[in-house]
Amino acid sequence: MSLSERLHPGINLAGTDPEGHEAAEEVLFGFWIFLMSDLVLFAVLFATYAAMSVQGIAEGPGPAEVFDLTAAFLETLLLLLSSFAFGFALLAMKYRENRRSVLAWLLVTGILGVAFVGMELHDYYVMATAHEATPQVSGFLSAYYLLTGTHALHVSSGLVWMAIMAIQIAVFGFDKRVKLRLMRLALFWHMLDVVWIGIFTFVYLFGVAS
Amino acid sequence: MNWELIFGQITWNSFVFAGAIENPSLSEFIASGAGTVAVLGALASVILLTVKRWWVPLWRDWLTSVDHKKVGIMYIVTALVMFARAVIEGALMRAQQLSAVDNSGFLSADHFGQLFSTHGTIMIFFVAMPFITGLMNYVMPLQIGARDVSFPLLNAISLMLTIAGAILIMVSLVIGQFSTGGWTAYPPFTGIHFSPGQGVDYWIWAVSLGSIGSTLTGLNFAVTIYKKRCPGMTLFRMPLFCWTTLCTSILMIFAMAPLTAATIMLALDRYAGFHFFTNGAGGNMMNYANLFWLFGHPEVYILILPAFGVWSEVVATFSSKRIYGYTSLVYATMCIAVLSFAVWLHHFFTMGQSANVNAVFGIATMVIGVPTGVKVYDWLLTMVGGRIRFTTPMLFHINFLLTFILGGMTGVLLANPGIDFQVHNTLFLVAHFHNMIIPGVLFGMFAAVQFWFPKAFGFRLHEGLGRASFWCFAPGFLLAFFPLYWLGMMGATRRTYMWTDPAYLPWLALAMAGAVLILTGFALMVTQIVVSVRRRAELAAPLGDPWDGRALEWSIPSPPPDWNFAVLPEVSSRHPFYEAKKAGTAYRSPTAYEDIEVPRNTATAPLIGLFACAWAFGLVWHIWWLVVVSFVLMWAVVIARSFASDTEEIIPAATVKAANEAFLAAVRATPGVTRDQEMTAANRGRAVPESLEGGAGVLSSGATVGVSR
Amino acid sequence: MSNRVPADIMPGAYEEERRERLSYVIGLILALTLTAGAFAVVWLDLLSGGAALAVLGLLAFIQAVVHLRFFLHIDLERSHRDDLMLILFTVLILLIMVSGTVWILYDQHVRMMP
Repeated sequence: MSLSERLHPGINLAGTDPEGHEAAEEVLFGFWIFLMSDLVLFAVLFATYAAMSVQGIAEGPGPAEVFDLTAAFLETLLLLLSSFAFGFALLAMKYRENRRSVLAWLLVTGILGVAFVGMELHDYYVMATAHEATPQVSGFLSAYYLLTGTHALHVSSGLVWMAIMAIQIAVFGFDKRVKLRLMRLALFWHMLDVVWIGIFTFVYLFGVAS
Repeated sequence: MNWELIFGQITWNSFVFAGAIENPSLSEFIASGAGTVAVLGALASVILLTVKRWWVPLWRDWLTSVDHKKVGIMYIVTALVMFARAVIEGALMRAQQLSAVDNSGFLSADHFGQLFSTHGTIMIFFVAMPFITGLMNYVMPLQIGARDVSFPLLNAISLMLTIAGAILIMVSLVIGQFSTGGWTAYPPFTGIHFSPGQGVDYWIWAVSLGSIGSTLTGLNFAVTIYKKRCPGMTLFRMPLFCWTTLCTSILMIFAMAPLTAATIMLALDRYAGFHFFTNGAGGNMMNYANLFWLFGHPEVYILILPAFGVWSEVVATFSSKRIYGYTSLVYATMCIAVLSFAVWLHHFFTMGQSANVNAVFGIATMVIGVPTGVKVYDWLLTMVGGRIRFTTPMLFHINFLLTFILGGMTGVLLANPGIDFQVHNTLFLVAHFHNMIIPGVLFGMFAAVQFWFPKAFGFRLHEGLGRASFWCFAPGFLLAFFPLYWLGMMGATRRTYMWTDPAYLPWLALAMAGAVLILTGFALMVTQIVVSVRRRAELAAPLGDPWDGRALEWSIPSPPPDWNFAVLPEVSSRHPFYEAKKAGTAYRSPTAYEDIEVPRNTATAPLIGLFACAWAFGLVWHIWWLVVVSFVLMWAVVIARSFASDTEEIIPAATVKAANEAFLAAVRATPGVTRDQEMTAANRGRAVPESLEGGAGVLSSGATVGVSR
Repeated sequence: MSNRVPADIMPGAYEEERRERLSYVIGLILALTLTAGAFAVVWLDLLSGGAALAVLGLLAFIQAVVHLRFFLHIDLERSHRDDLMLILFTVLILLIMVSGTVWILYDQHVRMMP
């Protein structure tokens, strides 16, 4: 199989920037492996949560008492739309290399991401004040805060990364390094959305349904 | 003035010497002595570096280097330094247990607890891991015909994170105390209620730094093997060491995450009052054992697989034969790698789950014995009909086969939950895992050092001293650990600092004798290195192929140039170099040379390591300003680096050509040596392939072969 | 310069861009539908007990596949085999770890004294 036919996850530059595509193969594969390792970390947190949300409630509140499904639904929409917006940012980079439209799409992505993190922090605040459900109360709440908190930390570091990339687009334009970094950030962002599917299903919906 | 804002929880009493002054006892003096040795060692290094004016070369040529060969060597040096500490700790524990039959011995219980905790933690995370990582770093890119790993800077960062962890553990000798929770650090004992103080925090952050480094290493090597093989090097043409490196890398990628999760949870329990592993409020300490061994079992295979790769290279080379059953060895490695994820429960059979659960994991554990058995037969059959040279690495290999099988047998015994209940947590278990790790991993690494040392430095190691150290190590191991099987069956529990049963005494004395032999072996190995450096002129083998090797790494000069291969090789078989030698096509001048792009040295990695170390130290001692500052600086370095653009330099084709042609001319001018002359001064690193030894004359006038095109 | 229009160089790029955009739009619509479906199951009490959990798990699995296919562009084509293999291997390891952990901890839990 020739190099140009070999594809990697996410948007490929094969059609518009063959040289960039060639350089992408190694770094994107490496980043993809990193994401797999990260998925294992989340899997372990999910497994811990699965056990503790049933066995570790102790004297504290249970999942159904503290979760707000409306907020979870809105957060899901925010993250999904921001993932979608990042896709369009990358397409603008691939086909037009137009700084303004890429930055505009990145801004949309970023605002949706910030809103997502903001809503999660608000959730934590409500839980801690209205339900006195802090992580120190029970094993279940410890596991809940660690799982969602790790995800929120990932999203936040993705936002910082995004801001740095915006600066690099302004400084360097679309040179090879900037393109490859944006492509990796996109994989990161989409993968966080996949992890969130697990969180809204197995944490929020399962918690309320069972 | 509030000193706590500046120094966190460090007080005058935190320094180890305070204990010896306030509460004089032999145990405290030994602790202070160890602290003094650590301080003096650091001081001596500083003075030596200053007197010899080595600071600049150290920084310019080594610490800032991203060359996989230098990174590999630095890993191995780290491992050897840490080994010196941990092996002495092992001997101290033997001495304590011998002296503590019916009295309390010379160490306090707390000191003994710190000893077995640091011994285990260091041996696994800061000896075995850096040793295998360093070796894979050095050898794998050379074997697949690559100029470097895929991500050289990331590689250097992994190294510096590992060193940061090692430094943190060394600091614990002087400031504060280490954990007494063993290398596994099981809560609730390691929780804040039962282990207040900084010991467990030292363990948490040292191990976390090491494990992040290992994850990045695994990622780097897997990509390197997938994407950087030279033309013609299909996966099934790779030397077996590369296969085991690939499988180990995959294990590192997937197995380190559970450890990171477990240490984060333990840290949250300790620092922020969470309830993951506490006794009350819904905590579940059994989940810690579960998470730890989700990492811990694959970890065992992370360690042993590269050693298996070394054994495969050593046995084939010193039997002058190709390896028997290449394909079966590859598939056995893959089976072991996948199965290693499915057996972790056998480390806690006695934790209270039902017999059905135990049975499933017990059977899975026994199944792993099958692919390992396949490997043992392959190694044995490689020797059959071969022309075996009993060099130091080969002696280690034969010793490995004999003792590893015994250790494997006791492993199958332990895989049976019924038997495990009897000997769980006894010295039987201690004997078992030392029996796997010492002859398997540690001696594998020693054999690798003997084997590849001439490649890395251009001269062989002194063979006589090598054999002498082997003859101390091998019986020393047997003496030190086989008595523990008996003691374990007599009921001696592990991690125990005093005994009441006098029947233990003779066995403990034997074990002590073994420990002394092991220490002697290590001293002889250090002597061997020193003597070899002194006599490097007569031991020189700069032409690169002292052992009649088979894979690509032997086809280049020793030590290899920065760019490894002047022209990337093209291979068409599993033994490209050996077959080229046989066909007389080795050492040919390439038709053309090209400019080579290599990454520039950079201070990025050492700075990240420095700030990571400061960050972890701040966390241990609750020095919050240091935590914040070093964390910000660490990421500032990463971000600043992402804006740097001039990160590569070009080595002009003319430079490469001059160096390579000089090497080739030297090879052609040197007569090849036969295997009988292998250990003589005649061995400059040009080998006559074993199969051509009859007509050695054909090749010794190699110039005629070499020039033709 | 960065404002060049590659379509001048690469005829058919517009066509490809349209196709790739469509992929994201389809992905978004499918993901929204599946998310809405999952929340509807709980909000409207369509199912309960084990059946609800099974359906929710299935919907999550399908949505993960949708994200992989339409956002991360992983499919069954030959050109993607490496990444797919890696995903499948990861899933295998994840299943072993998660199911093993849940099984072990559940088994220990039911054997504990109340």
